[in-house]
Amino acid sequence: MKKLITILAATVFAASAFAGNITVKGSDTLLILAQKWAETYMTSNTTVKISVSGGGSGIGFAALQSQTTDLCDASRKIKPAEQMKCAAVFEGGKRPTEYKVALDGLSVYVNPENSLKELSVAQVGDIFTGKIKNWKEVGGPDAPITVYSRENSSGTYEFFKEHVLKGKDFAASAQTMPGTAAIVQAVVKDKNGIGYGGAAYGGSSKLLAIKKTDTSPAIAPTEETVMNGTYPIWRHLFVYVDPAKDKGDIAAYLTWIRSDDGQKYVKDVGYYPLPKNLRSGN
Amino acid sequence: MTPNPNNESRRSHGWMGIHRGHKARPGEWLAEKFIFLVSLSAILMVLLIFLFVAREALPVFFGQTNTALVQKPIPPDEMDKHSAAELEAYLEITPDQLAKLPKSTLRTMMDIKVEAQNDIPEDFRNDPDASINTTEWKYLIAPHKWTDYDKPEYIWQPVGQIKKFNIIPLIVGTLKVTLIGLLFAVPLAVGAAIYVSQLARPRVREILKPAIELLSGIPSVVVGFFALLVMATVLQSIFHYQTRLNAFVAGLALGFAVIPVIFSIAEDALTSVPRAYTQAALALGASRWQTAWQIVLPAALPGVFAAAVLGFGRAIGETMIVLMVCSASVLSWSVFDSARSITTTIAAEMAEAVSGGPHYRILFMLGALLFAATFVSNMIGDFVIHRFKNKLEGKR
Repeated sequence: MKKLITILAATVFAASAFAGNITVKGSDTLLILAQKWAETYMTSNTTVKISVSGGGSGIGFAALQSQTTDLCDASRKIKPAEQMKCAAVFEGGKRPTEYKVALDGLSVYVNPENSLKELSVAQVGDIFTGKIKNWKEVGGPDAPITVYSRENSSGTYEFFKEHVLKGKDFAASAQTMPGTAAIVQAVVKDKNGIGYGGAAYGGSSKLLAIKKTDTSPAIAPTEETVMNGTYPIWRHLFVYVDPAKDKGDIAAYLTWIRSDDGQKYVKDVGYYPLPKNLRSGN
Repeated sequence: MTPNPNNESRRSHGWMGIHRGHKARPGEWLAEKFIFLVSLSAILMVLLIFLFVAREALPVFFGQTNTALVQKPIPPDEMDKHSAAELEAYLEITPDQLAKLPKSTLRTMMDIKVEAQNDIPEDFRNDPDASINTTEWKYLIAPHKWTDYDKPEYIWQPVGQIKKFNIIPLIVGTLKVTLIGLLFAVPLAVGAAIYVSQLARPRVREILKPAIELLSGIPSVVVGFFALLVMATVLQSIFHYQTRLNAFVAGLALGFAVIPVIFSIAEDALTSVPRAYTQAALALGASRWQTAWQIVLPAALPGVFAAAVLGFGRAIGETMIVLMVCSASVLSWSVFDSARSITTTIAAEMAEAVSGGPHYRILFMLGALLFAATFVSNMIGDFVIHRFKNKLEGKR
């Protein structure tokens, strides 16, 4: 019995003292990518153990504050309240360091039967705030628009609200769906539906080309247009870290993620790699 | 063995009031205490959960949260000119933290505050809503005319520059979906209970009863998924309403989750009506149907009512089905409009709410409301069942 306890204690101690343990927690948007990175990195660096979990950007920041995670994945920028909480516990009152790790182009989905091909950013905003209620107001068929949105816990929701709706509220009648896949599913089944989400998740829905202003040309969301910034609706995805921990294995892992080697996995999961000029530094 | 005349006086009152007839063996004594502690821990758990929820929600009840977007920033250089209480409120920290944190950290926090104020877009800086603390009770329950809206409205939009936390659409949405679910489930479940307990042949009963109770074994995610993909489409093609995912679909799906709860309690109540009632009615020439409908059902009515109340408790707390099928926080009593229930809101938004922030606290407040609602409905259900049992057994 005593022997068993000793062995148990020794294993627990060994596990906790294991040099290269990295925990990653946060955004569900980034979860698949983070897992892919972790798996690939661990096969070539066998001394490092990386455990990845999701829950949401907010959960990730909460874990960063309680120092139960090393890295926090986020699909949105850190909020001032979260920054202050981190500063209160981090060594030397420092703020978490922000790393941009990927690009995400957000596309607007409509039903494949919809005759509409393009919209301006302002028109998209007006549709989602409920100011435009019928497709004929934007040159489509005479039918009421059904708006599908994400849950307000989603980083995508927040980004869309700030940058496309210009901070205005979504229409109260907007159906909130639990994920991008659910939005695509709903839009494909509803011929008057409109939704938004990652460009790679469009499935059998139709992706609209977007005009930055009413007079500018309509741009379809592709890797090229998102990466060179001509497609107007895109965002960064982030990883946050306590600056005191940003050394050794963790720093090496972060550098690898942002290197050409790490960035080549980004496209596999539907996001876009960082442009070359963003890959080093912050 | 001669009986001990002093047996009664030697009967010991064990620890924590448990009576024992004779001296227990140590093993038994231990097992007894262990079981007692386990049962106690369940009660303790409920109490702890309630305390936790209440603690997280209290600042909302006392109006200690502030969501005003534009606040007058305190320049970090003037930190010393302000009192400790002012700084605590400004930085949202406890007196303990204020005392312990080094000056440089406090300064960083003050800097972050100032930067946050500078980052507010120009449009919002001049918005009259930006100086409102939206967590005050009048904004939580009364309509308000927000900028960009034509008239005073109940708005739940907790994420964004100006956070709107009106809980009325959520309460209406919860009640709407729950009532639709009960309107669908109660007649079906009670009907099935009458049939199974009074009319069905024993062979049929043996198949039907477990089959209906098996419904409760279907995970609500599966029911929700079925409703999302199949029921929504079928019902839309029948009723031709505009919103494909609405409270009606959610209510029907919810009904499936509630039917087994109502069925098993109602069936229990109906079978516990004394056989003498049935026999007397049949002897007087009543048909089996008349007996079931006019004798047994009225006698078991309190039990059936309790079943419905417990079903209500189950329905109002159900999360996944409503989350998957409909969740637009629109304030409307129309069954063909969407709705958003309290459980959905908590499940969907808790993950991203800034821990300890106003949104987080209000979600906990909603949780406390829900806890109170299910607690009261379960209490009523339990109370009625006990009254009913006592009445049938002739006790008062």
